[in-house]
Amino acid sequence: MEYMLLIYSDDSRFEAMNAVQKAEGLAAYGAYAEALQKSGAMRGGNRLRPVQAATTVRLKSGKTEVLNGPYAETREQLGGYFLIDVPDLDAALSWAARCPGASHGVVEVRPVWAMGQP
Amino acid sequence: MEPDRNEGARAAEAAARHSYGKLIAFLAARTRDVAGAEDALSEAFAAALAEWPARGVPRSPEAWLLTVARRRLVDAARRRRLDQTAGEQLAWLAELTADEDDRLAVPDRRLGLMFACAHPGIDRPVRAPLMLQLVLGFDAATIASAFLVAPAAMGQRLTRAKAKIRHAAIGFEVPEQAALRERLDAVLDAIYAAYTEGWSDPQGSDARRRNLAEEAIWLGRLLASMLPDEGEALGLLSLMLHAHARREARRSASGEYVPLSEQDPARWDARMIDEAESLLVQAGGCGTHGGRYELEAAVQSAHAVRRRTGKADWPAIEQLYDALCVLTGSPVAALNRAVALAETRGPAAGLAALDALPDDARLADYQPYWAARAELLVRTGALDAALSAYQRAIGLESDPAVRRFLQQRAALCRSATPAGS
Repeated sequence: MEYMLLIYSDDSRFEAMNAVQKAEGLAAYGAYAEALQKSGAMRGGNRLRPVQAATTVRLKSGKTEVLNGPYAETREQLGGYFLIDVPDLDAALSWAARCPGASHGVVEVRPVWAMGQP
Repeated sequence: MEPDRNEGARAAEAAARHSYGKLIAFLAARTRDVAGAEDALSEAFAAALAEWPARGVPRSPEAWLLTVARRRLVDAARRRRLDQTAGEQLAWLAELTADEDDRLAVPDRRLGLMFACAHPGIDRPVRAPLMLQLVLGFDAATIASAFLVAPAAMGQRLTRAKAKIRHAAIGFEVPEQAALRERLDAVLDAIYAAYTEGWSDPQGSDARRRNLAEEAIWLGRLLASMLPDEGEALGLLSLMLHAHARREARRSASGEYVPLSEQDPARWDARMIDEAESLLVQAGGCGTHGGRYELEAAVQSAHAVRRRTGKADWPAIEQLYDALCVLTGSPVAALNRAVALAETRGPAAGLAALDALPDDARLADYQPYWAARAELLVRTGALDAALSAYQRAIGLESDPAVRRFLQQRAALCRSATPAGS
C-alpha cells in the first residue's frame, strides 16, 4: 500500500540554524532516504524549495488567477515529501516517526488513492 | 473553594489509579461486558469530579464509585430489560445492592483481569494496550500514541478485543497451576511491551510516555505482589527497575544521549538498583530458575556491577545471552550476545557472530543492529564499512538525541578515514 508522508515545518527555523546544524539536518534526511531505499519501501521523495518560491494557480469564474506564494498562509508549510510502499498504516507510521521531519515539524501520513481504486 | 476542588480532583485521580482495574474487574466479572463496565465507571468518575470538590471526598472513594457505577449499570440493564442477559444482570446487581455498605470492600480480581487481557484468544499486539486500558484506565488516544498506531485503529482494536472477551466468554479467573506458567508468559510480555514503549522516551519529555513506563512498573509490582512465588514475575519487575534506574543517566546535562558504556554509575538510582537486586535474589529462590525475564534481569545486574567494580561483568553477560538465545531464539538476544562477545573475545569475534546471524527482516530495519555493527567495525578499523552502517542506523532512528549521537560518531569515523569518503 502506498502512503505519502507530507512534511510540514517552519522554514525560518532551518534558516536560523548554523552551518553545522544545517549540514547535520540534511545528512539526517539523506540517511533516512537511504534507510527507506535499503528496506525496499522507497517510491520517491523530494525536498521542496521554500514557500517564497511558490506560485498558485486557479480558475475563478472562467478566468485564470495566478498568485505569488503558497495556497495557505501558515507558519508551518509543506517542505518535502516521501512516497513509500509498505504493508499497512502501522508500518507507514513507524517510518513517519523515523523521519527527521517528525522532530522539527510534523509528518502527515496519507494513503494514496490509486487510479481506478474505488 | 479552590483547594477543595483540587483535593476532590486529586482524590478522583488517586482512586482512578488504585481502583480502576479493581472496579472494572468486579463490575464486568459476571457479564464479561467490559465496555459496559467502562461506560458506567466513566460516568461514576464524572460524578465524582462534580461532587467531591463540593461535598468532600467520601470515606471510601472506591465504594462510592462502585455504588454509582452499579446504579448506572442497573439503569442500562433496565433499558434493555427484555433481553435475557439483562434480567440475569439485574438479579445479580440487586444481590449486590442488598449488602450495600459504605465500607464495602471490593474484591481484587485485577490479576484475573490481566490474564483475560493476555488471553490466547486476544491478538498479541492488542494485549498490552488492552491491559493499559482496562487495568489502568488509559484512553485509546494516549495508548495509540505510545504504540505508534493511528488512534482510530487503536480504538477499533480495543473494541474488537472487548467484544471477544464478551462473546467468547473469556473468564477473569487466574489459571490453574498447570496452565498458569504458560499463560503468565503472555501477561509478562504485555507488561514488558508497555514498559519498552514508555522507555523509548528516556528524556521523559513526553509526560504521557514517561507515565507509561512507570505505569508498567506499577503493573509489574501488582503482579509480583500477587504472585510472589513466580520467579518470572519477580524477574520482570527486577528487569524494569534495573532499566529504570538508569533513566537519568541516559542524558547529559545538555540533553545529549549517553550510551550505557559511557554512563556515570553515580547517576544511576542506587535505591532502585538495590530493590531490583533483592528481587532477583528472591526470584532465584523460587525454584523456577532460568526464565527469560530472570535472565534479562541478571544481564542488567551484571551491568550494574560497574557501580562497585568500575567494569561490567562481561563474561557473565555473554553466558546469560547464550542462555537467552537458546531459550528464546530471538534475533535481538543474538545481537546482544555478539556485542558481549566483542567485549570478552574482541571486536572481530563480535563481528563474526553478527555476520553469522541468519538473514532476518526484524534486524534489517532495527537501529540497534546497525549501531552495534558500526561500533564493532570502527574497533576493527573497517571505517568505510562502519560509516555506511552508521548511516543506516541514523536513518532508522526516531529519537533526535540518539540520531545526533550517531551522527557525531559517524563524523569521528569520517575524519579518521584517509579518503574522507
